[in-house]
Amino acid sequence: MNKLRIIKDRATGAIMATITIVALLLVIVMGIGLYLKSAPIFAEHSLWDLLTASSWRPFKNEFGFLPFFMGTIWVTLIAIAIALPLSLLTAIYLTEYAHRIVKRFVFPALDILASLPSVIYGVWGTLIIVPWISDTLAPHFVDFSAGYTTLAAGIVLSIMVLPLLVSLFVELFSSVSDELRAASYSLGSTRWQTAISVVTKKSLPGIFAAVVLAISRALGETIAVLMVCGNLPQIPHSLFDACYPLPALIANNYGEMLSLPLYEAALMFAALILFFVVLLFNVTSRVILYRIEKQQ
Amino acid sequence: MKKSVIKEKIAQSFMAIAIVAVLILVVSIIWTIFSRGFSCITWEMVTSLPGGGFYIGKEGGFLNAIVGSLYIVLASTAIGLLISIPIVFYLNVFLKETSKFAYIARLAFDVLFGIPSIVYGAFAFTLMIYLGLKTSLLGGIIVTTLLIIPIFIRSMDEVAKTFPKDLLEASFSLGATRLETLGIVVRQIAPGIATATLLSVGRAIGDAAGVMFTAGFSDSIPTSFTQQAATLPLSIFFQLSAPQIEVQNRAYAAALVLTIIVLVISLLGRFITNHFSKNRLK
Amino acid sequence: MRNPFLRWFIPADTNEPFVPNAKFQHPAVAPEITVDHFNLSIDGAQILKDVCVKLPANKITCIIGPSGCGKSTLLKSLNRLSDSIEGVKTSGDIRLGDQSIVNCSESDLVELRRRIGLVPQRPTPLPMSIFGNIAYGCKIHGLKGRRQLKKIVHHYLKVVGLWDEVKDRLGNPATRLSIGQQQRLCLARSLAVEPEFILADEATSALDPVSSKTIEDLFVKLKEQYSIIMVTHTLRQALRIADYVVFIYMGEVIEVGDAKQVFENPQHELTKKYLSGAIS
Repeated sequence: MNKLRIIKDRATGAIMATITIVALLLVIVMGIGLYLKSAPIFAEHSLWDLLTASSWRPFKNEFGFLPFFMGTIWVTLIAIAIALPLSLLTAIYLTEYAHRIVKRFVFPALDILASLPSVIYGVWGTLIIVPWISDTLAPHFVDFSAGYTTLAAGIVLSIMVLPLLVSLFVELFSSVSDELRAASYSLGSTRWQTAISVVTKKSLPGIFAAVVLAISRALGETIAVLMVCGNLPQIPHSLFDACYPLPALIANNYGEMLSLPLYEAALMFAALILFFVVLLFNVTSRVILYRIEKQQ
Repeated sequence: MKKSVIKEKIAQSFMAIAIVAVLILVVSIIWTIFSRGFSCITWEMVTSLPGGGFYIGKEGGFLNAIVGSLYIVLASTAIGLLISIPIVFYLNVFLKETSKFAYIARLAFDVLFGIPSIVYGAFAFTLMIYLGLKTSLLGGIIVTTLLIIPIFIRSMDEVAKTFPKDLLEASFSLGATRLETLGIVVRQIAPGIATATLLSVGRAIGDAAGVMFTAGFSDSIPTSFTQQAATLPLSIFFQLSAPQIEVQNRAYAAALVLTIIVLVISLLGRFITNHFSKNRLK
Repeated sequence: MRNPFLRWFIPADTNEPFVPNAKFQHPAVAPEITVDHFNLSIDGAQILKDVCVKLPANKITCIIGPSGCGKSTLLKSLNRLSDSIEGVKTSGDIRLGDQSIVNCSESDLVELRRRIGLVPQRPTPLPMSIFGNIAYGCKIHGLKGRRQLKKIVHHYLKVVGLWDEVKDRLGNPATRLSIGQQQRLCLARSLAVEPEFILADEATSALDPVSSKTIEDLFVKLKEQYSIIMVTHTLRQALRIADYVVFIYMGEVIEVGDAKQVFENPQHELTKKYLSGAIS
């Protein structure tokens, strides 16, 4: 009787361990699979060429990824540049100042932002942001802009990473002990001074990790960006130029790519790059965040 | 006035602006989707399939996409739960708190959670070619399952970590094995599992980039796993890129339907968390 | 109005005398627990040093000592809950009767844990009904049949004096009981699998004075059938109910003996100091 119970217990343990390990292998299998699929392109082009050439003509065997990198970097930088100050201020307000009633409105609002699908942001972007840029903002700076621009993609993306950043920041700030705050207050500093010189300073590694995480989220965002970025394979020279980030490249050409083996390999190479960069960023930020969590 | 006090005032007004900006953004998004959607939506759109000439503005609706999305989400949620519940239990009941393996596993699942759905899509696509599968409902289910497993695990793990150790000891000291203790863990964290499920469903139903490669698109409701299936996000995306106003209007209506589904799911999750976690031992 | 569902929880004949299931029969001679040169370290830090002590049957044994001296660790070692401590290493042996607790197979361990029950420091009602809490242990050990379970629940709730308080709401979640009631429920739960030893880890420290008095009285009543080992840091409680005392200081057993003798005529200098309140 007891023997049987122990056997059941052990067997379940073994099954669970197997499932866990198989699920973990997904990371490795994914990397290997994407590498194997993109291998053909390395046979014809060196890695350096792929990364630095700027001409993208798949049917003429020209695969320059530089425009897509620049597009991705631009869009991501704009998104973080907008979202970081906004989310820091919001999070400081929520943890250091806000009345319960304010929190009761703001937290559900952030929840809504977090739960909305990417395509909804895309719809909103094309309805609100794109016309606003082409009609109101762009005429001040350039002669003409259709609105489908790097800036539009950056703005939409910044709103998408906002809830992630705010929730990470709020968690970090509220884990700073109240005694530290009390110590700062009793030296005569104002709330803002305390928030800046004690709370955010204490959370600096966490803030760094959160930003890295947000960047990696922004890097992979596809549909919303695709809908507003303009999709022109060129290196953007201003905020009002169209751009073409990597995920959009993959998504836009998924049907076409099968016509040409090298084309498919090129797109898989794009996926592989995304995979590796996101992997790297994620591991970095998670390790930092775990360490912070452990310290408490 | 002292300099520090002036700074304080300036900072406060900036923060107020930030908060107001966030709220305005939320209202703007919801308002845009709702006002556009309600002015376009008709009963026919949500109850009928695309008719002939649908994509140049003729008759029909997007029932195919609604049903397709539901199929994919329901199936992948069921499979995802089957896979991730054992993993969460293994990490929390069978392994010790500071186990190296558990650390690496959690890290890996966090990383998997961060990997963009377009990469999942590309990977699943290569996997399907390798297995000889064509773009189909089954493909969509596979990629969505892969996508939501990390979400499931992460959110259930958060809940399972709060499971009081005393309860484990109480059960062990009655002579229960770890397996027999699982029943107690399930009861204790059931609301958490429900919330995690809803969260993942919300995420899965809105994902477009993953299914783009794998589920394909179709104007009819799939009747077998090997047929292609339409999904709501893709239906919105395709219709919006059409030049005809009529087709675009249907995209707004579909966006409204998707938003309502997602909001209802997220409200339900919030309700469960608030309502069912009160009687629990802290 | 009487709840019609109570048939599910209350046995038909509540006056029938109770006989424990054959699976749970106590051995003819109540065994002792023997701790034999037992050492325990956590991450290299020695918590218990060469502990040798016999814990007698059918008595209330109090383990006393200043906080952090290793009392709770010793208690947890007695039913191997110490296994779950991170970085733990042990040597030496602990035996229940002839059966080794330290070196036993997993299938013996679940049986051993049944024979050595635990009443935790804070009450830990399992997330199920009052009835389910008590039936849980029996079900695990293969006792089936609603009739039988109903009898068991009825009997042990009577033993801990909870029956009259809860008989109308046996199907309600156990978490809705008061803390004192929860603790008695936990006691009833461990009694329901008929342990020979009951370990109590400061079982009254989370309770109000009235509830803790109830638990103490129960222990005194129960020692006729069960052997009770309790860790306590309130010396007065030990004075009130202990038959046998083990004094531990810095992980070492300093003095062991009948309560009367240890309290009235301590042999060791440290024991004298502790009893007089000089170390705590």
